[in-house]
Amino acid sequence: MFTGFDLDVIQRSLPYLGQGMLFTLGLTLLSMLGGIILGTLLALMRLANFKVLNVPAAGYVNLLRSTPLILVIFWFYFLVPIAIKKLSGDAYAEGLGPFHSALIAFTLFEAAYYCEIIRAGIQSVPRGQVHAAYALGLTYAQAMMKVVLPQAFRNMVPILLTQGIILFQDTSLVYVVGLTDFMGAASKVAQRDGRLVEMYLFAALVYFVLCFSASHCVKRLQLHYNVGR
Amino acid sequence: MDFSVFFQPAFSGGGIYLDWVLSGIKWTLLVSIFGWVIAFTVGSVVGVMRTTPLAVLRAPATAYVEVFRNIPLLVQMFIWYFVLPEIVPRGMGDWLKTRMPMPEFWNAVLCLGFYTASRVAEQVRSGIQSIPRGQTEAGLAMGLTRWQVYRHVLLPMGYRIVIPPLTSEFLTIFKNSSVALTIGVLELTAQARQISEYTFRTFEVFTIATVVYVLITLTVTVAMRALEKKVRVPGFIGTESGAPPAGH
Repeated sequence: MFTGFDLDVIQRSLPYLGQGMLFTLGLTLLSMLGGIILGTLLALMRLANFKVLNVPAAGYVNLLRSTPLILVIFWFYFLVPIAIKKLSGDAYAEGLGPFHSALIAFTLFEAAYYCEIIRAGIQSVPRGQVHAAYALGLTYAQAMMKVVLPQAFRNMVPILLTQGIILFQDTSLVYVVGLTDFMGAASKVAQRDGRLVEMYLFAALVYFVLCFSASHCVKRLQLHYNVGR
Repeated sequence: MDFSVFFQPAFSGGGIYLDWVLSGIKWTLLVSIFGWVIAFTVGSVVGVMRTTPLAVLRAPATAYVEVFRNIPLLVQMFIWYFVLPEIVPRGMGDWLKTRMPMPEFWNAVLCLGFYTASRVAEQVRSGIQSIPRGQTEAGLAMGLTRWQVYRHVLLPMGYRIVIPPLTSEFLTIFKNSSVALTIGVLELTAQARQISEYTFRTFEVFTIATVVYVLITLTVTVAMRALEKKVRVPGFIGTESGAPPAGH
């Protein structure tokens, strides 16, 4: 029975919600970092001319982009302990725990999306730049590092950040393996106190404010980058 | 690796575990397709509203897109399923809670539909805005009303331009249907989880689920390429803009 808003429940549970938010932010930032690093590697593999690098990277990216994130989370939640047991040879080895499984899952999942963004960013640099770099005698590595990547980065950064905001929203899915991120914390308080309406609406409001302001900042960054074009 | 698990008798309901997988696939497809119907219609309307010069139409459309894009899908699912019946008037709330048929399914469909509609709206908007202004002005100069300009000039081209991103959104809705498992819809991922809990054959079950999703993606991609070939306007190459839009 809905007897009117009880805003006190939000105030009482702010510390717990704060912990959840720290968890969410930590998972987001670590996955973003890992995802960008792995994604850059995958992008370079996909851009290489060697089939032995090209095909596995393309297969990996297409596989992970066709699979729902929840399924990937389940995969790693169940697989990581098994993998650790096999690798360490010890049948009773402890898994790393759900946080690390989730971290691995998110990193590998986002790497596929970051790979596509980075690859498109690198391909958006005109070929003439690469030709000019080679004409000046730069090696492939120098051309990449000094000419192509700085320009590609300018194009990429707003989209990379937007993908980061999407990742921030997607970390709420760790709910399905019982981890307590911000949404999980709000949910637990809601179920304990019977205050579903207030807590879920509050969670929605917090996500909205954070994501809206973040995407607004990204837009301003994009305008800043576009000065002088 | 023992794939015969799917032909073993199921724990309940008679039949074999394969029936659970097929049931899961059925619910995934139903949720996704019904959701897409809502997403495409509402999204097109909102997208067109965002491109009109009238602020009274633009503002609510912008608000809609911002709200539905910045709240995670899981949170939206919970709000549709748990919160909405509480805050609507008493009579409607009671109907929603007790007498609505298949509440999990319809809530999932509505939630997915309106969430995806906001993304479709953005694609439709970018498609319409990428058409040169001269087209609109020529249409108006010929005496067409603004609505006729949309209907005969802008939307036909606009939709053809955005078929690739719309395909991506269509695939995304199939993947996002898995979030419906949190409110109790027994779609494919949920069934896979259930089977793995009864048989402990997690690897085989999740492999099958992954294969099904990949097959769905492949089928939709191939079908959309055929559609794009069929409706392409000769001499006008609508390419996907430089970098892929973020998201999944």
